[in-house]
Amino acid sequence: MKTNEKAKKEKAASDGVAAAKRNPQKRLRELKESGALYLLMIPSIILFLLFTYYPMYGVVIAFKNFVPSKGIWGSQWVGFANFKQFFSSYQFWPTIKNTLVISIYTVAVTFPLPIALALMCNQLHAKRFKKFFQVSTYLPHFISTVVMCGMIILFLSPSTGIIAKLVGIFGFKLPNLMGSASAFPSIYVWTEVWQHLGWDSILYIATLSAVDPSLYEAATMDGAGKFKRMIHIDIPALLPTATVMFILRMGSVMSVGFEKVYLLQNTMNAGASEIISTYVYKMGLLKSQYSLSSAIGLFNNVINLVLLLAVNQISKKLSDTSLI
Amino acid sequence: MVQTKSKTTEKSTKIKLSKSDMIFNVIIYGIAILLIFITLYPVYFIVIASISDATKVSGGEIMFFPQGINFKAYRQLAEYRQLWVGYRNTVLYAVVGTIITIGVNIPVSYALSRRKMFGRNFFTFFYLIPMFFTGGLIPTYLAVQQFGLLDNFWVMVLPFSVVPYYIIVGRTFFSNSIPEELWEAAQIDGCGYLGFFFKIVLPLSKAILAVIALWAAVGQWNSYFNALIYLRNAELQPLQLVLRNILISNQTISSMSSGAAAVEAKQMADLIKYAVIVVSSAPIMCMYPFVQKYFNQGVMVGSVKG
Repeated sequence: MKTNEKAKKEKAASDGVAAAKRNPQKRLRELKESGALYLLMIPSIILFLLFTYYPMYGVVIAFKNFVPSKGIWGSQWVGFANFKQFFSSYQFWPTIKNTLVISIYTVAVTFPLPIALALMCNQLHAKRFKKFFQVSTYLPHFISTVVMCGMIILFLSPSTGIIAKLVGIFGFKLPNLMGSASAFPSIYVWTEVWQHLGWDSILYIATLSAVDPSLYEAATMDGAGKFKRMIHIDIPALLPTATVMFILRMGSVMSVGFEKVYLLQNTMNAGASEIISTYVYKMGLLKSQYSLSSAIGLFNNVINLVLLLAVNQISKKLSDTSLI
Repeated sequence: MVQTKSKTTEKSTKIKLSKSDMIFNVIIYGIAILLIFITLYPVYFIVIASISDATKVSGGEIMFFPQGINFKAYRQLAEYRQLWVGYRNTVLYAVVGTIITIGVNIPVSYALSRRKMFGRNFFTFFYLIPMFFTGGLIPTYLAVQQFGLLDNFWVMVLPFSVVPYYIIVGRTFFSNSIPEELWEAAQIDGCGYLGFFFKIVLPLSKAILAVIALWAAVGQWNSYFNALIYLRNAELQPLQLVLRNILISNQTISSMSSGAAAVEAKQMADLIKYAVIVVSSAPIMCMYPFVQKYFNQGVMVGSVKG
């Protein structure tokens, strides 16, 4: 679906160029008429320049020793000193490792599960039950991150939490999971699954509902059971959508969301929960090391960009589906 | 339960299921029921725990039904001023922020959907680049500081109201559902770009306006990151920051904690946490089933971007 649209766009663009060559006067008229459209864009352009593009210029402080009183331009250039300081700090490898562990674990679990859920949901034929199933699995998506983390901490409390009581029935004793570094990635990932599994499957469910019913009929005629129909019709139907979603996910492998990790972090699990974004926040805003912190942020940003472009290229070669 | 379900399927399709298909159905419905339970039980538990007796909740006696029903926790919350200040702020941020978000992004979507706009590719790139590269936390913070927006009401609603994703979703909607013929007809009747937008496109686009307004409002309701970074003044704090203080930082709001025994205070603090979760999430949870179809639509429109 992406390739089609892209081809269309290219055609439209080349048409436009050709038209312009044919008729420069017409082009001039287009420019005049576009004035009204520019008017509509002015507020957003101003906001974008001030709060998005201006900070992009501000990134140069990663290469400077930023002193607030001297301003961005007046501060002294230091080249890659800030990057070197980060690479050689004892925090470098742990934060990178923690970021990657949480991130890859998250993708490995939260990417395939919504697809599986959609395949399953597609097999539910009792209409009302299906509706109820969807509404209830979407529900947790609307719980805010703060409340979600509050719930996690309450439920996992080894003395008063409901989970401790539930496993207590079976004679197990729940360890203090929030205080253990090794449990942190799993807590993060599986609560993420609980909260977003249903929601993330919407797209796939919709894709499946667009599958031509005659395909199923033909397969049934040929003696394919429900399971075989799922394997040979539903899964291939989901592949293009899944590829695009996968590219998008890979582009942000190095950027685990700050909000949830920061809220779940405590001194006991910091060994596994200190990730790049929480480190940037602490160094930058709590310790006012503006330049160092910007350098770390920039480093992270560039890696994300490279990853996105790389995955995009690979997917273009392999399957003809791409974003850019 | 499981078997009746598969029976109804059988009846409705009027096709006799093979034995393996029957087993398949039983497994599928079994998993579905289990998933529904896992999803809904924690939510249900929070509600019953918040109205139960504090000692029984922490003793693990509450499982499926509330016991010793009382509203002590809610009464204490009602008297906790900071919570309601947060509530008021969040409602303000959500309303103002949503209006600004719609007002800023939708016109851009429309402009970019016009094929004959001069410099269309350039502007598309202008809005798309930040999806892939941004200045990062610190440079953005310094910019906000420089423009004097720290600890200011407007920092919550203005600086980050341009959202490339919303622009793309809107653009896709406009180019797919407003036929080109309509524009040609309007042009013949002497309608310019602006007239067409306000008189024809907007009235036809209520669905997409609703989708983006919902996204923006829920986003404002649930976010705490910007407030954490840019706001210090307690009078400006949104609900989520107040919640964070109660739920994560264990700030005590209970007036009785000084006099009562420590254990009892801890139990009451937990109860207040359950209650505050209910109070803060109820509006969205109650609204959600009614507006769910708009969210679904949004996910669909958003997925076909180019």
